[in-house]
Amino acid sequence: MVSSSAYLILSATIFSIGVLGVLVRRNILIMFMSIELMLNAVNLAFVALSRHLGSLDGQVIVFLVMTVAAAEAAVGLAIIICLFRNKKSVNVDDFNLMKW
Amino acid sequence: MEILIFSILAVVAVVCSILVISQKSAVASALFLIATMVSLAILFLTLNAPFLAAIQIIVYAGAIMVLFLFVIMLLNLRRDEFGPEKRKAQRFFAILFVFLLLIGIATVIEVGVLGLKSAEDVSETVAPAGVEPLAQLLFTKYLFPFELASVLLLVAIVGAVVMAKRRL
Repeated sequence: MVSSSAYLILSATIFSIGVLGVLVRRNILIMFMSIELMLNAVNLAFVALSRHLGSLDGQVIVFLVMTVAAAEAAVGLAIIICLFRNKKSVNVDDFNLMKW
Repeated sequence: MEILIFSILAVVAVVCSILVISQKSAVASALFLIATMVSLAILFLTLNAPFLAAIQIIVYAGAIMVLFLFVIMLLNLRRDEFGPEKRKAQRFFAILFVFLLLIGIATVIEVGVLGLKSAEDVSETVAPAGVEPLAQLLFTKYLFPFELASVLLLVAIVGAVVMAKRRL
């Protein structure tokens, strides 16, 4: 049996890659995909700890996280379509209306 | 054997997620994200969670990524709109801080997991596999969050339509 900490380290690695994507990329679509990556990494941590503790509560939480992720993707992509319609761009540096 | 499967899946997941954030074209990123999600789904299987593996593929790799690809195609981006990504200093500090973050999380995991009582210590029972125990929990202890999730999905549908429609 692979130890739980191996799964958790893998989850932390994927989460960090997601954070890096949000920090480095300027394309709003790829930033959004990085957020999905982070959500997936957290799901993996939940499932690993659910096995570690021998309880199913973690898996229920993952189910709810997936629901929230689906809702977030739908609304987020609608916002991206709105932004693109107004600015004709997907580069986040162009969206500075509320910056100052 | 299990270690071998885990190692292969872990390498695939990490490499594909690095490719997600390093691709120039958004379509390629989306395809690598699907590969990451599929390998995570197989990891869920190895963690004795077949139901979550199924909905990971159906909801994430299916529904959400189709939505992503649909929006990418709808925006119909040209090559030059991705733009040159300069900002060397920002990239350097981002990598530095993410590295520190990873070290921090890894330390917390190593310290924290040792403190947790594992299932083998508490009793011999491993979490039962399959849908039924999960459904049992979902419709008794977590009934209220479950109902809230359905309301959330309804709100998300209305919100997406309101925002994506030009004129109501």
